[in-house]
Amino acid sequence: MRIPILKLNQYLLITIQVDLDDKTALQFQEDLLEKIHETGAKGVVIDLTSVDMIDSFIAKVLGDVVRMSNLMGAKVVLTGIQPAVAITLIDLGIMMKNVPTALDLEQGLEKLQQELGG
Amino acid sequence: MNIQSCVEVRNEWDIVKARQSGRNIAKELGFGTVDQARITTAISELARNIYLYAGSGEVAIERVENGGKLGLKIEASDSGPGIKDIRKVMEDGFTTSGGLGAGLPGVKRLMDEFTIDSKENEGTIITSIKWLR
Repeated sequence: MRIPILKLNQYLLITIQVDLDDKTALQFQEDLLEKIHETGAKGVVIDLTSVDMIDSFIAKVLGDVVRMSNLMGAKVVLTGIQPAVAITLIDLGIMMKNVPTALDLEQGLEKLQQELGG
Repeated sequence: MNIQSCVEVRNEWDIVKARQSGRNIAKELGFGTVDQARITTAISELARNIYLYAGSGEVAIERVENGGKLGLKIEASDSGPGIKDIRKVMEDGFTTSGGLGAGLPGVKRLMDEFTIDSKENEGTIITSIKWLR
């Protein structure tokens, strides 16, 4: 299974709408970095509105892909984390430190625009 | 009604299968969205541990009752190498697989009851219950 990555001007948009298994998550990591390389995108929004569970493995994959993208020069914002998911992550002891987040896609794009200076 | 399920864990997709069946049972028992997420996440962590450390095993999920209290019980069992130092695996951040080390101590926090029974070279059974409030 592949997660579609959409390009919009200098941004990449991803909305995760499947129950992520480990292989799909790792494939997504690779696909996103390839796409950043290919398009020269400056900002990425990963929308998690439809994700109803994030365990420690998926949290690690997401945190890693944010840092990997940063290394390549692209900024990533995670958006739409559900209340139940936020509660579960903190229960698990996963703070997602230094990972930029926003309430929804709109605010995520705004955040990127501010950081990238328009 | 007999609510239970047993998922054999042999590959990554079985982890997804186990948590989906956990979510269905949690929903059926009347758990709210947050507890559903807690239960599903706990199952995911336990199933992944089986896959990573024992290769295969099973996750049984069933309804339990205790003095009028209703709950969901997860039993994750394998015949893997067992856990050498249980105190160590219950420390936050301890990992031998390059993960976050959040798994077992995390599951304990997500659920209400949690016990590990493990013998070296024989296997591990982890039992955990969430009570309906």
